[in-house]
Amino acid sequence: MTGLRLENIVLARGGEPLIAVEAHVAPGEVLSVMGPSGSGKSTLLAAVIGTLPPAFTMTGRVVLNGRDVTALPPEARKIGILYQDELLFPHLSVGGNLAFALPRALRGRKARRARIEAALDEIGMTGFADRDPATLSGGQKARVALMRMLLAEPQALLLDEPFSRLDAALRDQIRALVFARARDRGLPVLLVTHDRADAEAAGGPVIAL
Amino acid sequence: MRPLRAAPALTLALMLGPVLAGLAGTLAPALGVLPALGGHTLSLAPARALAAWPGLWQAVALSVGTGLAATILALVTVTLFAAGWTGTRAMALLERLLSPLLAVPHVAAALGLAFLIAPSGWIARALSPWATGWQRPPDLLILQDPLGLAMIAGLAAKEIPFLFLMTLAALPQAAPARRLTIARALGYGRTTGWLKAVFPAVYAQIRLPVYAVLAYSMSAVDVAIVLGPSTPPPLAVQVVRWMSDPDLSLRFQAAAGAILQLGLVLAVLALWRLGELAAARLGRRWAEGGARRLAEPLLRAAGLGLAALAAAAVILGLAGLALWSIAGFWGFPDALPDGIGLRSWARHGPALIAPARETLVLAALATALALALTLACLEAEHRFGLAPGSRSLWLLYLPLLVPQVAFLPGLQTLALSLGAGTGRGTVVLAHLVFVLPYVFLALSAPWRAWDPRHATVAAALGAGPGRIFRTVRLPMLLAPVLTAAAVGFAVSVGQYLPTLLPGGGRIRTLTTEAVALAAGGDRRIIGVTVLVQTVLVAAPFALALAAPRLVFRHRRGMRGAG
Repeated sequence: MTGLRLENIVLARGGEPLIAVEAHVAPGEVLSVMGPSGSGKSTLLAAVIGTLPPAFTMTGRVVLNGRDVTALPPEARKIGILYQDELLFPHLSVGGNLAFALPRALRGRKARRARIEAALDEIGMTGFADRDPATLSGGQKARVALMRMLLAEPQALLLDEPFSRLDAALRDQIRALVFARARDRGLPVLLVTHDRADAEAAGGPVIAL
Repeated sequence: MRPLRAAPALTLALMLGPVLAGLAGTLAPALGVLPALGGHTLSLAPARALAAWPGLWQAVALSVGTGLAATILALVTVTLFAAGWTGTRAMALLERLLSPLLAVPHVAAALGLAFLIAPSGWIARALSPWATGWQRPPDLLILQDPLGLAMIAGLAAKEIPFLFLMTLAALPQAAPARRLTIARALGYGRTTGWLKAVFPAVYAQIRLPVYAVLAYSMSAVDVAIVLGPSTPPPLAVQVVRWMSDPDLSLRFQAAAGAILQLGLVLAVLALWRLGELAAARLGRRWAEGGARRLAEPLLRAAGLGLAALAAAAVILGLAGLALWSIAGFWGFPDALPDGIGLRSWARHGPALIAPARETLVLAALATALALALTLACLEAEHRFGLAPGSRSLWLLYLPLLVPQVAFLPGLQTLALSLGAGTGRGTVVLAHLVFVLPYVFLALSAPWRAWDPRHATVAAALGAGPGRIFRTVRLPMLLAPVLTAAAVGFAVSVGQYLPTLLPGGGRIRTLTTEAVALAAGGDRRIIGVTVLVQTVLVAAPFALALAAPRLVFRHRRGMRGAG
């Protein structure tokens, strides 16, 4: 069964259950999780990606394209994540940030460099490889962060309020770009937000916490 | 994964093991047990021999008196300065002056101060003969005065930068700007408002550093040898004299004295704690009394004056010694030498190469070990979600609270009887005991402040914990890592007793040389030695500042990080 399945997930803290989720996100579909801050949205994302703090316990399974990833460390799950901050690595160039994400299987300095140039072309940032990420505009940073995530070839995408820091005009543009890319690649997307417009733009099912 | 999980336990063992083993190794001979020297049964003979030493009470009084006076002087200076000047340009300027002084070894600062205040020193020269009429150095007992006043000044001058930086680090948690604004809106003066509304929160944060200053000042040996009285000296110095005496039977007495020193420090710490409670009670009454202004201009002036005096004493003292190292003929009332030249360097420089190399090797080894252990602990904390409790901070400060002279003699005895012997390895372990807490304190705050979502993003990109550590976290935190290393290096370079005793007196570093030279009073060779020592602690800081800027010169996001 393809897509991202959250089977019988119950998150608890000190024995007190916080959230229970049962969901299936089909490839190319966006599932929006809405709720006020403190409702455990970020905890749910941490559980799916595999960084649940030790204070929490989790029962249930996370299944990605038929593969049970519940016991895997985050780096082996093939689940990508975007936060509201771009979190580009400040010590690497724009190209270095993208190269960090390229799989090791792509061999050779030339081939890797070519792949990065192509990725930058794709987001309309041709020739930006050697730039310092701190000198980019907000929209450029968001696009690099998205492309970096996609280059790691994830099989699912988590979005943690990724558009809330962008101004209104940019927000629609970046939102459209992210959803289009995810749909093109057939990625199941789990979107956590408190902004109803995000959920409406996603067009998929909505869970309220 | 497994070895990393053991890192905190290993670090604690390496930091506290020598302290505990050393204390045991001191306690046994203090009770008459030291088989190597024929002590096989428990006896009170060492204690009786100690009690029979005629200088005992004076030595005890000196230890307690100078320690308390230096600590109170340093704390009052820092508190008044912070109270009167937080957020001003004077504060920013003195912050820049005082921070590097933290790295200056105690013995270098003490030797510099000795040159300033000696009867033949810079201050007397500046005032002679026009104001004093002195053509020759007056016969005044300023250095090594029987009350230990010079020693108190020397200790305070070195502890003021330390407490000041600790206060600066504690200030943000006390929200000083908001509290002070409220107090001033209620009509309180700047200093009074700060003392009543901000100080209690700050003191709670700097309590452990204050205890460390107190324990150190009561039992400092190097500063006491340079500036303190010598007949009798403070107790800690006398213990070291007995330890280095060719008559080995004096080791029993030395051990008894070391245990007495430990008891003194613990008793005075307990007394200080009682004083804190009393001060808190009085302070509350004072705060509730509603007095709005308390000699504001006077207190502000005192705060600035004392802080500036401390900075000036160390800076001018070092400058004076630097001048001596290149001075030609420099007769008494002259404020400056007749000429300058490199003769002293040519004469004494070559003999310093070996101790300088030893200093470097010891500091490099101790710092590398401390840095590796600290990084392993912090990484284990991050990966396994360990939450450091407040108890771990106490453990970190423990080596700084136990007087060096109480456990280092035991460590020496123990190393000898285990057949490990005294030498470089034992000295590195002893240095590690003091380097580790400082490296950990310097690195843990920036390390923990790092945004862990960077790690989550990197993991989502397929990077494992090792790669994240190497290629993301370490480079991003390069500046604080190098700064912590420079701090550790400076701490190691300045160690006197942890070099002397575990080295069996055979390991010669710049610090042991400088202390040995103090008695001779040849200012040229002292100047050369202290200057080399100062350069050796300053260079790593310069490197720690420059390297990240150079490496990341094209990365704006890395500026001001750490």
